[in-house]
Order: sequence, then C-alpha cells, then structure tokens
Amino acid sequence: MPLRTTEPKTLLSASAVERTLKRMAGEIVELNDGTEDLIVVGIQRRGVQLARRIVTLIEASEGAAVMQGTLDITLYRDDLQTIGPRPVVGATDLPWGVDGRKVVIVDDVLYTGRTVRAALDEIADFGRPAHIALAVLIDRGGRELPIQPDIVGKRVEVQRDDRVDVLVDDLDGRTAVVLVSSSRVGER
Amino acid sequence: MTSALGKDLLGLEALTSDQIRLILDTAEPFKEISERAIKKVPALRGSTIVNLFFENSTRTRISFEFAEKRLSADTVNVSASGSSVSKGETLVDTARNLEAMRIDMVVIRHGASGAAQFLAERIESNVINAGDGTHEHPTQGLLDMLTLRDHLGDLAGRKICICGDVLHSRVARSNIWGLKKLGAEVAVCGPRSLLPNAIEEFGVIVFERIEEAIEWADALNVLRLQLERMTAGYIPSSREYNRVFGISRERLARAGRNVLILHPGPMNRGVEIDSDVADGPQSVILNQVTNGVAVRMAVLYLLAGGRPELAEAAKGGGR
Repeated sequence: MPLRTTEPKTLLSASAVERTLKRMAGEIVELNDGTEDLIVVGIQRRGVQLARRIVTLIEASEGAAVMQGTLDITLYRDDLQTIGPRPVVGATDLPWGVDGRKVVIVDDVLYTGRTVRAALDEIADFGRPAHIALAVLIDRGGRELPIQPDIVGKRVEVQRDDRVDVLVDDLDGRTAVVLVSSSRVGER
Repeated sequence: MTSALGKDLLGLEALTSDQIRLILDTAEPFKEISERAIKKVPALRGSTIVNLFFENSTRTRISFEFAEKRLSADTVNVSASGSSVSKGETLVDTARNLEAMRIDMVVIRHGASGAAQFLAERIESNVINAGDGTHEHPTQGLLDMLTLRDHLGDLAGRKICICGDVLHSRVARSNIWGLKKLGAEVAVCGPRSLLPNAIEEFGVIVFERIEEAIEWADALNVLRLQLERMTAGYIPSSREYNRVFGISRERLARAGRNVLILHPGPMNRGVEIDSDVADGPQSVILNQVTNGVAVRMAVLYLLAGGRPELAEAAKGGGR
C-alpha cells in the first residue's frame, strides 16, 4: 500500500539539540565518575557528528582531553543476505584501544536495537572494555532486542511507519530533529 | 535483487568504470580490518566458498583464503591433484557436485581461457575468476589499480606501462581493461615475440625500447617471464632478456623521476627485474600483496548480498 508522507515536524530545534547534548555530556561525565579512561564512540554516520559535539562539550566543562572513536557496523549487520551490501563501508577507528576503558556508544536514533547489538559485537572484537554505556539523542521505542539506553536526549512516541531524522550541520547544513509522519493512503 | 556487480566476477572487460570504482572504494575500509588484533568481521558468516584451483598458485589462493576467513566465510580448497579431477572428472561435474553440497561461491583458477565463464553459465553459485588461461585475472588487475591509486591518486591521465611477457599474461589484459576504464593511458613494452599480434587494437601505446617506456611512465607493471608456458623459442635466453628489457637501477636512475614499480609475482629476480629494484624505494610490490586481501574482501562482500527470495521474506522485518 503506498505511503503518503506529511510535512516534517520539528521535534528539536538547533538550540534545543545543543541544550540536550549539553545535558547528555554532563550525564556521561557523571555516569563515568569523571573523564579518566572515558572513550566516546560515535556510530557512523550521524552518531560520529554527535559524539564529536559531546566530546567538545565535555572537554570545555571538565578541562581535560577526552578520547573519541568511530564505529562502522555495516559488516556486523545481521541482514547482509537479505538487503544486500551497503556499497561503501565507512571507517572504524579506535586508535586508543578499548581494553579496560569506559566506552560510551553514541548514536542518533535508537529504534530496533539491532545497530547497537552490532556495535557491541564489533567493540568486543577490539578488546574488553571495563564498562559500555549507550547514549542516544532520540529513543523512538520499537525495540526488537533487549537493549536499553543509559542516557537519552529525548523520548518520542511515533508510529511504525514514521521516520525520525536527526539533521547535523556537517552533513545536512543545519541541526534539528524532525518527524516525518506517513499514513497509508485510504486511512484517515 | 542482484548485487551491484551482478552474479559473477569474470573479468574487468565487462565491468563499468563505476563498478570498478565501487570495488576500489569498498576495499578502502577493508584494509583496516587486516590491521586489527582480531582480523575478522562477521559479514559472510554462514557462507560457504570453494576455492577450486586447477593450476598452481600460492599468493592468489592464500590471499583469497585470508579474505574469505576475515569475512567469516567457511572455505574449502580443492586442487586438481588429489581430487577427482585427476580421475578424469569434467569441470562442470566437479562444480555441480560441489554445488549439490550447498555452496555459495566458487573461486576458480584454470589453465583454459574462458573456464570461469563456462562454469558461471552452468551453476547458480557466484563465480569469481582467479585467473583463466591467458584471458583475465580480474582481482589482480583490481589490486594493481588500488595500489596505483594509493600512490598516484586519481588514475585519469596517469601513464602506466605494462612490461614484458604480455602474450602469456592474463594480468596484462585485466590491467589494460581496468586502467583504460579509469581513464589512464596504458602502454606495453616487450620483445615483439611476447606481444600479442593485434596488441594495438587494445588501444595501447607500444614501446620497442624499455628506456622509452621508463622515460614516459608514472608506473611500470613488470610482468613475470612465464618460462613454463614458452614451448617455442620466444626469447634467446633469460640473460639476453635481462640485458635488453630487465628493469635495473641504472635504467630507472636515468629517468630522473620517481617511477613506481609493480610486479604481480612470483618474481624472476635478475630476469625481468633486478633485486635492487624489487627491494628498492620505488617498489610497491609488497603493498600490492597487502592490498590483494582487501580487494578480494571487497569483491566477496559485494557479490554476497542480495538473494531475491530472502529479500522478499525479510520485507516488514525491521530495519
């Protein structure tokens, strides 16, 4: 059945995203009792931008350098055989190693939990962190795996066919979180 | 849904420039996996791949095997000696029997040109050509291009000369097709007896003298003199060949420029290439070997995805 999408509705403006990230940065420091051994790992692609922003905020407030890594989970997906390969795989970069570190995974939207499952598998192949936490800007529910975030920017209730898009300056030209609702033609 | 490359990889002649770039771009992140402490990702978990080698090979077979294992595929090696092939089984019977054991891909090396295509038309599994006779050796061509791109950047307008035994070389053919599709200028240089008759029809420049080729080129891909295939007297002697066409430090020094040196291996040191060149600063021969694993991982990965019936079943099954 064809889907009709409606005009995007703004859930968080640029300044609201900034405020939210600031709060999340504070919670990350609190959760890890400081910045020692802390490594903030963004999931490609928008998680990387958000992780960078969070690291900058933590460094400004704590006055200490914070390690940052990136993770591309494409090769750890459980659906290669069904959806086919994503042509260009991004970079995974964990130059500091993860053994004994306190890892915080950062992603834009948490939905089924499958991306996070893949990220956990990939991190395990790099070593054994002391602790792994999950920070997401948006939790939209709809989990298919027993995975929950430790730090959440905003929880939203949306329909299955709705799309929650996080826009970031570097990739999209502006920062915002928008909801694109869709309804099946014939309903409503 | 078929993969971005289609079912098989038989040669570079049939690929578009976009498909070649896709493979090279996909190979980039795979390089990093081989640098990890645990050199393995689960992308091809559950896939079964048969390496069917009817001709001797060390580098290519091991490189494919590493690529398969680092993607978590299950692999089986079959060589002509020590298998039913030596009892007279035909190629297609061997492959059909393997396929009856539910395999997903076949990597084939065969002495007959066209063997890979012959097989691809008769079995459902993905077929990757690991060298067929004097026809093509696409993954070698791709790893050569990846290595050239690492050092020269965009290959459009770059000058690459393929030196030596072009007549017997599937590597030469894959290089010519692939490099020309990426916009490089391609030349060949070697004794007339070791160049195919209608070589000009490939759209390449022909140099008679190695000094001219060195003067012209950004990179030389030095081919192995395939003495085992030379049933007739193609060259007077290996020594004579080295004196006239061998790549020596003196010849390179005269060019006064940094010309990259590639060689697909195995090398005949002191014949087509001198040791001090092979081990010298302009040589990227070992980089080629490293890149070979990444390129083969990219090819396996790109061919693996997308089975239509599974895609259908997965519809509505989460993102």
